[in-house]
Amino acid sequence: MTRLLALCALVAALLAGAATAAPSPADLEAELVCPVCGTTLDQSDAPIAQRMKRYIRQRLAAGASEKQIKAELVDQFGPGVLAEPPKSGFDLLAWLVPLGLLVAGAVGVGLIAWGWSRRRGGDEADAAPVALEPELERRVDAELRRFES
Amino acid sequence: MTGKVQRAGQVIAIAGVATLLGLLIWKVAFDNEQGAADKLAKGELVHAPAFSLDRLDREGTLSLAALKGKPLVVNFWASWCGPCKDEAPVLQQTYERYRDRGLVVLGVDVKDFREDARRFMRRYGITYPVVYDGKGSTIGHWGIQGYPETFFVDRTGKLVGERIAGAVDIERNREAFERGIALALGDQS
Repeated sequence: MTRLLALCALVAALLAGAATAAPSPADLEAELVCPVCGTTLDQSDAPIAQRMKRYIRQRLAAGASEKQIKAELVDQFGPGVLAEPPKSGFDLLAWLVPLGLLVAGAVGVGLIAWGWSRRRGGDEADAAPVALEPELERRVDAELRRFES
Repeated sequence: MTGKVQRAGQVIAIAGVATLLGLLIWKVAFDNEQGAADKLAKGELVHAPAFSLDRLDREGTLSLAALKGKPLVVNFWASWCGPCKDEAPVLQQTYERYRDRGLVVLGVDVKDFREDARRFMRRYGITYPVVYDGKGSTIGHWGIQGYPETFFVDRTGKLVGERIAGAVDIERNREAFERGIALALGDQS
């Protein structure tokens, strides 16, 4: 039990360490957009993109956090510099609407599938054997006997 | 029940398609704002699109409305733009030469770091007013397609002459530059 607790503590410490680890320039370059060409910084060689990459490296070297650097660049170039919209205010809709549509779609597909399965069950119930006319049944039996002999 | 579910699904699907179609039609029909540069190129009478932006040459903001009645040379630039370096001395000389006649050269620094822009201004000895548009809010209204670009505005606030795309006062646009200044000053009609 003690070993298990120690292992859990170790995993928690590692996860916490990973969450607070200093971001690499590459991480930030993938999350920020070149304001002139519209691609992420890691995909751009435009002069302003190169300048922004230098800025990111300088600020990281000075000990600035990812959040700080992003805030500073938003102050200079506006929120359009973020590759992902912020998860607050009106921009939160950009996250919630697709999620809502996904849930609504899943519910819709589920309802349709449920409806189909019910109808199919009903069809099978409707397809119960129907009694043949006595004359027809006699002929079918005769044909089957002839076929088997 | 099954029929109702199916109908509801169909209604939702049709509503989704109709919404997307509506958005497409709206985008095509209404979201095609032409910049002032395009209108000017077609010979339309265009007023200089308004803006109010923070100044880089001093504290405070500067709006185009505050310069009403003055002929303007409006130059869109950025410190990272190579041709902007070539034309900076020409624009400063133009400002010094025509200042007494009321001409204002107005720099709009676009998509740039403020400090880089200030360093650029110090390096090239720029003393004319410069505003900062890091977000590029003026680009669409003015129809800016690259850097630098220069426009001429007369005393009534109308764009005159032609837009100069690229550095000013090089062989290919010297005439257009001088004509733009003359039109802005009212020396030509």
